[in-house]
Amino acid sequence: MDKPTRQFHVRIQEALNDPQIRANFRRAMDGLMTKRANMFPDPDELERLRDLGAAVRRNALAQLPELLERLEAKCAENGITVHWAESVDEANRIVLDICRRHSAKSVIKGKSMVSEEMELNHYLGEFGIEALEADLGEYIVQLAGQLPSHIVMPAIHMNTRQIAELFAEKLEGVGYIEDAEELTKVAREILRHKFFDADVGVSGVNFAVAETGSLVLIENEGNGRLTTTAPPVHVAVTGIEKVVENLADVTPLLSLLPRSATGQNVTTYVNMISGPRRDGERDGPQEVHLLLLDNGRTRTHADPELRQTLQCIRCSACMNHCPVYARIGGHAYGTVYPGPIGEILMPQILGCEEVGALPGASSLCGACGEVCPVRIPIPKMLVRLRKEAVDNTGASPVKGGGAQRSFSEAATWKGWEKVHASPALYRLATRTATAMGGLPALGPLKTWASVREVPKPAAKTLHQRLEERGNSR
Amino acid sequence: MQAEHVHPGQRPRQVYLFGTCLVDLFFPEAGVDTVSLLEREGVKVIYPKDQTCCGQPAYNSGYHDEARTVARQQVRLFPGDAPVVVPSGSCASMMKHHYLDLFRGEPDFAEVEALSRRVYELTEFLVRVLDVRLNDLGAPEKVAIHTACHARREMGVAGDADALVDQLANVERVGFTRQTECCGFGGTFAVKHGPISAAMVSEKVDCIEAAAPDRLVGGDCGCLMNIGGHMRHRGSPVKVQHIASLLWERTDG
Repeated sequence: MDKPTRQFHVRIQEALNDPQIRANFRRAMDGLMTKRANMFPDPDELERLRDLGAAVRRNALAQLPELLERLEAKCAENGITVHWAESVDEANRIVLDICRRHSAKSVIKGKSMVSEEMELNHYLGEFGIEALEADLGEYIVQLAGQLPSHIVMPAIHMNTRQIAELFAEKLEGVGYIEDAEELTKVAREILRHKFFDADVGVSGVNFAVAETGSLVLIENEGNGRLTTTAPPVHVAVTGIEKVVENLADVTPLLSLLPRSATGQNVTTYVNMISGPRRDGERDGPQEVHLLLLDNGRTRTHADPELRQTLQCIRCSACMNHCPVYARIGGHAYGTVYPGPIGEILMPQILGCEEVGALPGASSLCGACGEVCPVRIPIPKMLVRLRKEAVDNTGASPVKGGGAQRSFSEAATWKGWEKVHASPALYRLATRTATAMGGLPALGPLKTWASVREVPKPAAKTLHQRLEERGNSR
Repeated sequence: MQAEHVHPGQRPRQVYLFGTCLVDLFFPEAGVDTVSLLEREGVKVIYPKDQTCCGQPAYNSGYHDEARTVARQQVRLFPGDAPVVVPSGSCASMMKHHYLDLFRGEPDFAEVEALSRRVYELTEFLVRVLDVRLNDLGAPEKVAIHTACHARREMGVAGDADALVDQLANVERVGFTRQTECCGFGGTFAVKHGPISAAMVSEKVDCIEAAAPDRLVGGDCGCLMNIGGHMRHRGSPVKVQHIASLLWERTDG
């Protein structure tokens, strides 16, 4: 086992051993699954909507280069400056340049997973620019010096008691208040001032509309609206895959996303950003920038099957319904995007050397694929990425393809193939097993046997019994 | 995915049985009871003796060339147009759905495709093709059903096991909390990620035991080996069996 994989297993074990993590995630995921189910009482309507959602995303990806060009042109018409970044480094430099042009000392941030992908806060910090998270969950996580454990609810791994302790410890003049509403008030009070002091606001984007050059951003706390309107400069960062063709395409996605994510019919705020403050307008930023990040997405786009990863609208339904995620939580994955979508996305971004073991952490139960609002066949893609991780053709389209291939595992499967492709060898093997009456609980069987009885081969195989019965041919 | 039917309304005179490797070695009773159920319906059951494994373990592990070689060995064992009945939702789905991906672009794709259309999971076949009527002769008992994830989500046959158990007059079918959640088997997952799998199965058994059934049945021996293995490890009184055995045992006059 290579080092990153070993560390992955260590994090999993630590999470499984932590009763707080187990309880917090189980409770939260049970709640989210119920909420989502209540949002879609009519299965036919849900399937129709999923068809629509998938069609919109597939259509956009089918003409991605053209739509991006249209988006850029439309944005320019609207006064939005578009920047392209192939890598995270490039993206960070672009944001830094914008900050420097405005002599920015502080940046306020709305929730953005792409900025997490960029590790933007850390980067800006190195240049003396403070980046403060304004989404409550992100704020909590930042205060705790952690990373998000969930893509929609970043602090879902913590309960009220833990947050109360954190606030009492980190915030001056704040005592221990074990009350979610009161804690929210405290954060709101602090953040409210920060919005007006910030020189630059950084946000994510849910959908970028090519037809109109508008950026759609949904949220519940109003921090997104403040981030994108109060500071004089707004920088929206997003992945190139977030483009949709027409404004009308946003409708089914807006219907699917909050219902799938948090079990809400609609989010409290739906922002449509179509440019900086215009003459005569009383508010809004003077400058709006759109930063489009590639970071491996073009490579993913080139493969028709892998391309489906890019359909994702980051609703988190797959992780909310994942029995593995529910038990190990988001941090155990060690990646920005955890859960099933992370397992298929991260190897394509970071490569199989580093995270090629991620797709293995799934029982392939299919719950993720069943709930995905845009019909990404996640289980199928988990298998595909497992294949790429052990590729031996040297032609894998995935970064670091083949990095997880080990001589011993490959030899085991070769041996398995030999036995199961030969009826005679197979019969010999099964008869030997029945004659021995069992297998010693060694190697991989040891983990099995730690919580289960080891299965014993039957006295006679089905082959033998049906031969006696006269069914064999 | 909804199973596609090529035998609508027809009662086939004979079927093939693909027994699966787990049933072959560990649960032959489930295979024999499957044959008994089918034969009672007047269906002749042919068991091609050169069958081994559907190939799923290697396929799910990413070793697709190895999986294809083994799958190819099975494909040629079922000539003609008789249905292929599989007492496992997972192996049935491998043959019905995943073979199509595994063989796409291969010279024998057409043969594989034709076979995939004839593959049925056992409970699906009993309900939708044979439309069986069961006469329950057993004593009153409570039965819980664990439907394998692939039977539920890939084959779309969860309702068929329920319908069969509901035909048993003296059986009370009991549900349990988080019934549709995976038991944690997942083939090689149970070995590669033993600790997660262990957490999943122990919580699954908590939920089953809370419903206090006399018996737990399922259509997939992988799940049953996992759940049953853990139940015996912790000394649970619940009896674990393949659904074919429950059906045969209670209706065999």
